[in-house]
Amino acid sequence: MKLLEQIWIVIIMNLRSIPQRFGMSVATIFAVAAVVGVLLFFLAMGNGFKDTLEGAGSENVAVVTRVGSQSELNSSLSREQVNLLSTAPGIAKDLEGNPIYSGELYVIVDGYKKTTNSKVNIPMRGLSTEGFALRENVDIIEGRVFTPGRNEIIVGESVLREFSGFELGTKVTFAKTTWEVVGIFSTGGSAFDSELWADTRTVQDQFRRGSSFQTMRIRLETPGDIQPLINYAEADPRLNVKIETEAEYFSTQSNALNNIVVFGWIISVVMGMGALAGALNTMYTSVAARAGEIATLRAIGFSNISAFFGTVAEAIILSLIGGATGIIIVYFFVDGASAATIGASFTQVVFSFTLSADLLQQGMLLAFGIGIVGGFFPAFRAARMPVVTAFE
Amino acid sequence: MTEGTTNTTDENLFQLTNVNKRFTKGRESITIFDDLNMSIKKGEFLAIMGPSGSGKTTLLNMLGGVDQPTNGEVWFDGARIDKLSENGLAKWRAANIGFIFQFYNLMPMLSAARNVELPLLLTNLGKKRRKQSIDAALELVGLKDRAGHKPKEMSGGQQQRVAVARAIVSDPKMLLCDEPTGDLDRATADEILTMLQELNREYGKTIVMVTHDPEAAKYATKTVHLDKGEFVEKGSV
Ligand SMILES: Nc1ncnc2c1ncn2[C@@H]1O[C@H](COP(=O)(O)OP(=O)(O)OP(=O)(O)O)[C@@H](O)[C@H]1O
Ligand SMILES: [Mg+2]
Repeated sequence: MKLLEQIWIVIIMNLRSIPQRFGMSVATIFAVAAVVGVLLFFLAMGNGFKDTLEGAGSENVAVVTRVGSQSELNSSLSREQVNLLSTAPGIAKDLEGNPIYSGELYVIVDGYKKTTNSKVNIPMRGLSTEGFALRENVDIIEGRVFTPGRNEIIVGESVLREFSGFELGTKVTFAKTTWEVVGIFSTGGSAFDSELWADTRTVQDQFRRGSSFQTMRIRLETPGDIQPLINYAEADPRLNVKIETEAEYFSTQSNALNNIVVFGWIISVVMGMGALAGALNTMYTSVAARAGEIATLRAIGFSNISAFFGTVAEAIILSLIGGATGIIIVYFFVDGASAATIGASFTQVVFSFTLSADLLQQGMLLAFGIGIVGGFFPAFRAARMPVVTAFE
Repeated sequence: MTEGTTNTTDENLFQLTNVNKRFTKGRESITIFDDLNMSIKKGEFLAIMGPSGSGKTTLLNMLGGVDQPTNGEVWFDGARIDKLSENGLAKWRAANIGFIFQFYNLMPMLSAARNVELPLLLTNLGKKRRKQSIDAALELVGLKDRAGHKPKEMSGGQQQRVAVARAIVSDPKMLLCDEPTGDLDRATADEILTMLQELNREYGKTIVMVTHDPEAAKYATKTVHLDKGEFVEKGSV
C-alpha cells in the first residue's frame, strides 16, 4: 500500500485549501509567532546575560571576598589581609618575582539611562594597573589610562553606550567628588564593560575607605587551582575569606538570572495555551470544511490514517511557520540589542540579547508541540468521520 | 457446502439476506428496511427508483460497505462484507467498488488527473503505470485535454465525467451511482448515461444506479422500485 503517498496527497489538499481559511490560519500563525517570540526574548536575555558574566570570569584568576558576603559590593578586606594573602603559595609571579594581585574597591555611583532617563546604580571599581593585567583583553579604545592620585576615570564602553554623560573629556560628579573621563576601555563585551575604573588609592581617599579594600584578585600559578590559597587562608585565623575562581564567582552571580529563563518559559507556556486554543479552533474548522472531502476519500478506500495525519500535518506546518515567523522577528528586532539590567550587586550590568542555535531549537520545539497537540484532537475527529457523509 | 457458497450463486455478484436497517437517535428509532432480500447479478445494470425517503441511498450505502445493516447479511462475490472492520471495508471498497455521486465529489484543490489518480494510490502501481491508467480513463470519458484542469474550471457534465473516470480507473467490478445525473440537464445526463451503458455493455461493469428519473432508468437492463423499504411491482419491469 502506498500509505505515504496517500498521506502526502491529503496533506497537499489540506495545504492548498488553507487560503479558504486564510484569516484563521494567519491568526494561528501569529499566535504561535508571538509565543515563540516571547520565549526567545527571555531566553536570549538569559543567554546574553550569562555570556556577559561568564565572559568576565577567568579560570586564571582567584577572587577573594570576606566570608558571608554575597558579592563584591558588601565584602571588605583590610590592607593587612591583602598583604598576608599576597605571600600565599600558588600565586603567579611577574618577571621580578613579585606576586601578581590587585586589591580592589567596588562602590556604586549614580547614572542615568539614555533610553528612559531613569536613575540607576553604576559600579565604580578602584584598581591598580596590576588589576589590568588580571583581566583578559583590556583595551583602551579612546583616550588614556587614569593617572594614580588624580580624580580621573576610564569608562567601560557599555556604560558609554547605555548611560548619559560619560563621553571622553566630560566631568562627572558623584556625591561631592568630581572626576574627569580620560579614557574609554573595552574588555570585549564582558561584565567589566559595565564599570567605571579609577585608581585604588584615589577611590579609597574620595570615598573615605581609609586603607581598606573590598576584594582581591590574584593570578593563579596553575589555572583553576585555588587549593594552595585556601589551605593558606584556613591556617591563618586572621584570614576569614572566601576564595573562588573568577569563573565560579561570576557563574554564582548569574544563577539569579536563571529566573529570567524560568519566567520566560512560564509566560510562554501560558501564552502557548492561548495559541493552542487558536490552533485547535482553526483545525476543527478545517476538518469541518473538509468533511465532504475526507468522507469521499474514505469511500474511495483511503484509510482513516491518512485523514488523521493530513490534519496533524496541517496543524504542524501552520505552527512551524508561526515558530519561524517568531524567530525572524526576534532575530531582526531583539538579537544583539543591548539592554541593561540589575545584576547581583544591584548595579547595572549591560548585556546583549543573544540567540543561539540551541535557543532557536527550543523555540521551534515549542511551536512543534503546539502544532501536534492542536492537530491531534481535530485529526481524531477527522479519522472518525462517518463515511456516509460523502453521500449527503 | 458452506453457507457462503449457498448464499451467492455464480451469477450473483451481490446478495442481501434478511437485511434489517434501523436508525436510532436517542430514544427514537426508525426502521428503514425490515427483512429485505435482494440479489444483483454479474453484468447487470440495475436502476433503483422510488420516492424520496424510501431508502435508496441507505441501500446503496450498505452495498458499498459504507453503512452496515442492523441485522442480516451482505455478500459480495462469495464473501461476507458486513462484518469487516472499518479499514477492512476501506480496502474492500478500493479493490471492488467505484462510486459516482450526485454532486461529483471531486477534490477542488486537485486537477482532473490528480482526482482520477486517487484510487490508484491504493494500489501497488508505480508512477508510470498510474499515468497510463489515468490517461486511459480520461480518454474513455473524452477529457484527455482537460487533465490539468481543476474542477471549478469545468462544467457539471465534465466534472461528472471526471468522476466516472475516477470510479473506473482502478478497474473495479462494480459501479455504485447515487443520482449521477440529478444535477445535470437532459442532454448532459444522456451523455453520462450513455457512458455508463457503454461501461456496462462493453467493459462488463456491474452497475447499480439510484435515480428519480424514468428516462435515466431506461438505460438500465433492469429497474426495481423501492417504497417504504420494500420492493414493489410497477409497470411491466
Ligand atoms: N443517518 C441517518 N439517521 C437517521 N435517519 C436516517 C439516516 N439516514 C437516512 N435516514 C432516514 O432513512 C430514510 C431513508 O433515507 P434515504 O437517504 O435512504 O432515502 P432516499 O430514498 O435516498 O431519499 P432521496 O430520494 O431523498 O435521496 C429517510 O427517512 C431518512 O430520513
Ligand atoms: Mg438519496
